[in-house]
Order: sequence, then C-alpha cells, then structure tokens
Amino acid sequence: MGNEIHVSINSDQDIVAARQKGRTLAAALGFSSGDATLIAAAISELARNIVTYAKSGEIQLNELNGSMRQGIQVIARDEGPGISDIPQALRDGFSTSGSLGLGLPGVKRLMDEFEIVSAETLGTTVTVKKWKH
Amino acid sequence: MEVPLLKQGDFLIATIQAALTDADLLHLRTALVQQVVKFRSRGVIVDVTSLDVMDSFASRTLREVAQMIRLRGAETVIVGIQPDVAFAMVQLGLKLEDVTTALDLEEGLAHLSRRSTNGV
Repeated sequence: MGNEIHVSINSDQDIVAARQKGRTLAAALGFSSGDATLIAAAISELARNIVTYAKSGEIQLNELNGSMRQGIQVIARDEGPGISDIPQALRDGFSTSGSLGLGLPGVKRLMDEFEIVSAETLGTTVTVKKWKH
Repeated sequence: MEVPLLKQGDFLIATIQAALTDADLLHLRTALVQQVVKFRSRGVIVDVTSLDVMDSFASRTLREVAQMIRLRGAETVIVGIQPDVAFAMVQLGLKLEDVTTALDLEEGLAHLSRRSTNGV
C-alpha cells in the first residue's frame, strides 16, 4: 500500500487537517467529489470522537488495492476510555456527551465497511473503508 | 480563520470562506450574537457555500446561533449548503431543525426582506 498518511489528533484543528488530508487522498485515488465529501465527513466525526472522548489519538489513511477494486481505508485509533457498550453506541441517537452523539451510526452509513474494536481503558479503533464504484 | 461579518441595512451577513475549526465556529457564534445586538439587526445570513464539510459540531453550532438570534427577535437563514454536503448531512443524521435555509445569498436576502415587510 503506497500512500499511508498518519495525522495525530489532539485538538479541533487536527480534525480539520485530518478531513482535508482525507479529501485530498480520496481525490487522488479518483473518488468523485461527492464521495470525497462523504469520506471527509466520516473522518471529521471519527476525529471528533477522539478529541471528545479520548483527548488524543490518530487517524491513519491509506489506499486499498483489491484485485477487483480500489478504495480508501480510514483507521481512527485512540487509547482513551473505550466504549463499554458497542451495540448501544451504534444505535442512532445514542450520546454520552450531551446533545452530541458519537456519530458512529452516521459514519457507518457514509462508508461501505465499518469495524470497531474497543476495550474499556484500552481504547478504541474504528476502521472504515469506502470502495470506488 | 475569522469569518467576516458584513452589515447591510437591517441585516448581517457572515460569509464563511474557509474550513472552520470548532474554535472558529464558537467565535463566529459569539461575534454574530454581539453584532446583532450592536446593530439591532433583524436578520442574519450565514453563507456556507464554501464549507466542504458540515459535521455534527458545525450543524449544532449553527442551530445554536439561530436559536440565540431568535431570542433577540431576529431571524437567521443558512444559505448555500452544497448538494454533496447536504447528502453527507442526511447520512450522518444531522438536522438543522427550526433553522431556515435558502438556496443562496440572493434567496436568503429575499426571504428576510419579505419577512421584514410583512412584519411577521
């Protein structure tokens, strides 16, 4: 995998940087501007979760080269408090920080593949993929 | 990145020109509310044509702007949400409930003018 980009996430400014890098990579990989917007929005929410819940972490972006198709992978990784109830966090409308939800169901809808690994006190890793259509 | 505010008669126009951080958005919220008080504005337009992503924080902050300004007796119109941005917002489940939106600056101004004339 050629392009692998790491963006460390520590503040709200890093959220903007991560989504801009994601959009740039998506465009470079030939995604339409509409898809690049969806990818950027998903990265924004994932990076936001890191800042809100874990304070710091990183977003990794890389291209996917399958035999039949090309895509982009976004990994959001933190060593924060973790999510105790993942099924609940994946339900629409769930939120532990006031009116802001985790946004995970939305991220799942924006992308083609979604995987979450989380353990209390160890952190959370969300891996999402979008394929070029 | 500060958002320039333009006073035009009874209205205030905020044109977002680049990607905004959360801090920028909160700054915009404060500045808009202060300026609405200062100029006794009756309407506010936030032009988001250049915004390429509207995430949960941005949409929540804009909703708060509209609510605060409504408490001052003025109306806020969000204009220029791009089609791709709108699509992503719907997928994310983000709503701008109770906030007036319009296609572009022109439509937004027309809406506010009608509202002033009708005295609604």
